[in-house]
Amino acid sequence: MAIEASNVTKRFGDFTALDDVSVRVDDGALTALLGPSGSGKSTLLRIIAGLETPDAGEVEIGEEIVTNAPARTRDVGFVFQHYAPFKHMTVQGNVAFGLTVRKRPKAEIRARVHELLGLVRLEGLAERYPSQLSGGQLQRMALARALAVAPRVLLLDEPFGALDAQVRGELREWLRRLHEEIHVTTIFVTHDQEEAMEVAEQIVVMNKGKIEQAGSPQELYESPRNEFVMSFIGPVNRLGDSFLRPHDIQILGGWDFYSDDTSTEALIERVVHLGFEVRVELKLHDGREVWAQITRENAQQLELEEGQILAVRLPPPRVFA
Amino acid sequence: MSARAWRLGLRTVALGYLALLLLAPVAMIFYRTFEGGLAPVWSAVSAPNAVHAFWLSIELVAIAVPLNTLFGIGIALLLERGNFRGRALLGLVIDLPFAISPVVVGLALILVYGQAGWFGDWLARGGIQVIFSVPGMVLATAFVSLPFVARETIPVLRELGTDAEQAAATLGASVWQTFWRVTLPAIRWGVVYGVVLTTARALGEFGAVSVVSGRIEGQTQQLPLYVQDRFENFDATGAYTAAVVLALLALATLVAMNLLTRRTRSRTPV
Repeated sequence: MAIEASNVTKRFGDFTALDDVSVRVDDGALTALLGPSGSGKSTLLRIIAGLETPDAGEVEIGEEIVTNAPARTRDVGFVFQHYAPFKHMTVQGNVAFGLTVRKRPKAEIRARVHELLGLVRLEGLAERYPSQLSGGQLQRMALARALAVAPRVLLLDEPFGALDAQVRGELREWLRRLHEEIHVTTIFVTHDQEEAMEVAEQIVVMNKGKIEQAGSPQELYESPRNEFVMSFIGPVNRLGDSFLRPHDIQILGGWDFYSDDTSTEALIERVVHLGFEVRVELKLHDGREVWAQITRENAQQLELEEGQILAVRLPPPRVFA
Repeated sequence: MSARAWRLGLRTVALGYLALLLLAPVAMIFYRTFEGGLAPVWSAVSAPNAVHAFWLSIELVAIAVPLNTLFGIGIALLLERGNFRGRALLGLVIDLPFAISPVVVGLALILVYGQAGWFGDWLARGGIQVIFSVPGMVLATAFVSLPFVARETIPVLRELGTDAEQAAATLGASVWQTFWRVTLPAIRWGVVYGVVLTTARALGEFGAVSVVSGRIEGQTQQLPLYVQDRFENFDATGAYTAAVVLALLALATLVAMNLLTRRTRSRTPV
């Protein structure tokens, strides 16, 4: 189902969480709401779910206006940041909850729970209690619980925020595959641009209660509409009013041999090896500092050393009015 | 002094305090009761006024405790989940029974429901006598034992947070289903503890009930009033025996709750 929020405004006391926000998510899409904390992304998600009511504006799910409908009638799967498990129920009881309150036949519930536990790979843990699960398992249980009622849309609030880096990586990958499998319209909230780029098909960048830009990861990366999007999506060097990407800085080689009229003189201050990627911190001849991102191979060929004077070629800088 | 000596000293002081204040008097009551053998105890227990006082105590508990449990859970939900003006005031008001002396409670009830009180006349015309009769005792008992369930439940509700309840809502549960299936199971220990305290308080209440009951033998004497009555009439065995019955009732409540919680706890680790 497509989701559309039109001119949504929400205030908490003096704080404006959402300021006249409009956004559309297509049927079946996997979308990230990306922004720093306080940008309003979670509030927007909660308004779509019906957990908050907007002060102004409308919310539509599949062409149906749901602005004032209570959460329980919206047919929305919601995964909470801290999973919100029902601690006194087993994994099975948790996953079955939505079907139990709908008073479905026992046999149907059993079959559906079994199916979902398989989908999230928790088959062996049906009789466990939430206190006996790891963070990643809780996350998957919460997801199974939300999906059990076959919701029209799936909403996830910082789904990987509370997990350690390795589990987070695995779950991202897995969420992406899951979405390909079941194709339910999905929105997830994140403050991690890498996560948004890796998982989402569409990213909505939010800041201070407004939407800065919406588009595919590639679009946002290659043609950011403003300074905020440019510096939030991907690494960036700032030189006065202009911005340049670290991987657009070309290191030509020693100044004595490689300088020409398009190159700039730079001093290597530090070389940081990050596996495949090498980060070179440079001081330009006019004293400004930038860093360049090059491959390990490239760095080896260049035989970079701290204190060396280099010829570098800067890309045409991007300036946002 | 070494740490060991300190610990020993502290332990002695704590146990000594408990012994002097709690154990010795209670033990003495048991001792005195059974001093003359079982025959006098049996006749004291089976005295008609004693039996009446026992059942009246049970009746008061049976009315006041369920009422205050319902009310306490409701108030706790209102205070923790509601969003309305005067919440802070309500929080203060429910603590009044803690703050006000039971005697004052009794007098206040007389002022409202007594013959010369606000509703007294109106109630009397309807044929209902509140003061110097059982309804007044119910009111007094309910009043003094009112805050316990709410006070025990509020922190548990706060600790629980609203995430699980909101999750239930997004899964299609109605408010009622959410309460029964999600909220209540999560706060049950707080409620159970509140019920134990309410029961103990309701069983033991003396001051407020004493004022409103009129202490009519065989009519408006529950166990604590009966104990007092026997004591004043130099019937030591009667007083001690009733006191022991009261103590055993309280003990039975504690044990019952303990067994109940232990059994459910082993089934569902929380």
